[in-house]
Amino acid sequence: MAASGTQSKDRQFLAVIGDEDSVTGLLLAGVGHVTQPPDSQKNFLVVDAKTETSAIEAAFDRFTTERKDIAILLINQHIAERIRHRVDTYTAAFPALLEIPSKDHPYDPEKDSVLKRVRRLFGE
Amino acid sequence: MSGSGAREAVFATRQSLGLMKSKLKGAQTGHDLLKRKKITRRIDEAKRKMGRVMQIAAFSLAEVTYAVGGDIGYQIQESAKNARFRVRTKQENVSGVLLPQFESYMTEGNNDFGLTGLGKGGQQVQRCRETYARAVETLVELASLQTAFVILDEVIKVVNRRVNAIEHVIIPRTENTIKYINSELDELDREEFYRLKKVSGKKQRDAAAEEKLRADKKTAVDEKEKENKAVHEAETKDLLGDQDNEDVIF
Repeated sequence: MAASGTQSKDRQFLAVIGDEDSVTGLLLAGVGHVTQPPDSQKNFLVVDAKTETSAIEAAFDRFTTERKDIAILLINQHIAERIRHRVDTYTAAFPALLEIPSKDHPYDPEKDSVLKRVRRLFGE
Repeated sequence: MSGSGAREAVFATRQSLGLMKSKLKGAQTGHDLLKRKKITRRIDEAKRKMGRVMQIAAFSLAEVTYAVGGDIGYQIQESAKNARFRVRTKQENVSGVLLPQFESYMTEGNNDFGLTGLGKGGQQVQRCRETYARAVETLVELASLQTAFVILDEVIKVVNRRVNAIEHVIIPRTENTIKYINSELDELDREEFYRLKKVSGKKQRDAAAEEKLRADKKTAVDEKEKENKAVHEAETKDLLGDQDNEDVIF
């Protein structure tokens, strides 16, 4: 669970799974990164109503387990809801998983996996 | 009343009562210290702050969309090449546990969106970028906090177990012990009082009996004396009466 120093040192990017507006805004802030070709990988995924849940899961796995250069994964809460079981069972420290609100879906602390864990831990 | 609940095996003395009282105080202080609800509250507050910040950012993006007069999402997604906004991971030693600390920084000299909003709405785009940069900084901060929490999870669990042990075992047991000692001491007090009462009652009774005895004796002696006197008088009379009867021979 605890990442060694060398492992966490290489992590310097943020990754985003979100709806178009959230991704656009975060890209504007400058978090977007595309790795060198030939296998140019984006560190963001735009999800809309037509996106398959399996695609979200694949991106989630790619960002959390495959890529070693992601420090923080941002995911819209309503998208996290679609893969809730994956989010809830994710316990690794790196990359940090952060549920963020989106324009159409205000943030609900009740659904947040980390806050749920906090509550459970303190028996509230 | 003292028999309910577990208690420690101690003799009910004032000394052990004092000991128990200081122990209870220590346990309560430790309990308050350990039960740091602060962690929960801090994460909660940070998350709420994030909600507000993201709302503002989303609003500024809406401004951009309005100003540019079209959707810029696609253009931005295509032109994103190199991350300007990155994070550095630092290790922080918190009482023996290594906690990661994310620190955001901007790389100089690359600008993927130099052309965005060139036609119109450039100002809004600029403002939006700043707003989002601030929002992401908040997110990074929150991520640090959250990661720290995830790593501390195990530690907290142990601490929590200790808190629960103190709360549900040690404090009640100590309280029970104090109650027991108190009741026992009260009982002793009552016993002592009763004993003293008995003793003093007995003493009083004895004294009264003695007094009576003495008084009786006194009256008896008095009566005897009176009798003696009477007899003596009688004898004297007798003696006097007999004076003439016999001659005294020398």
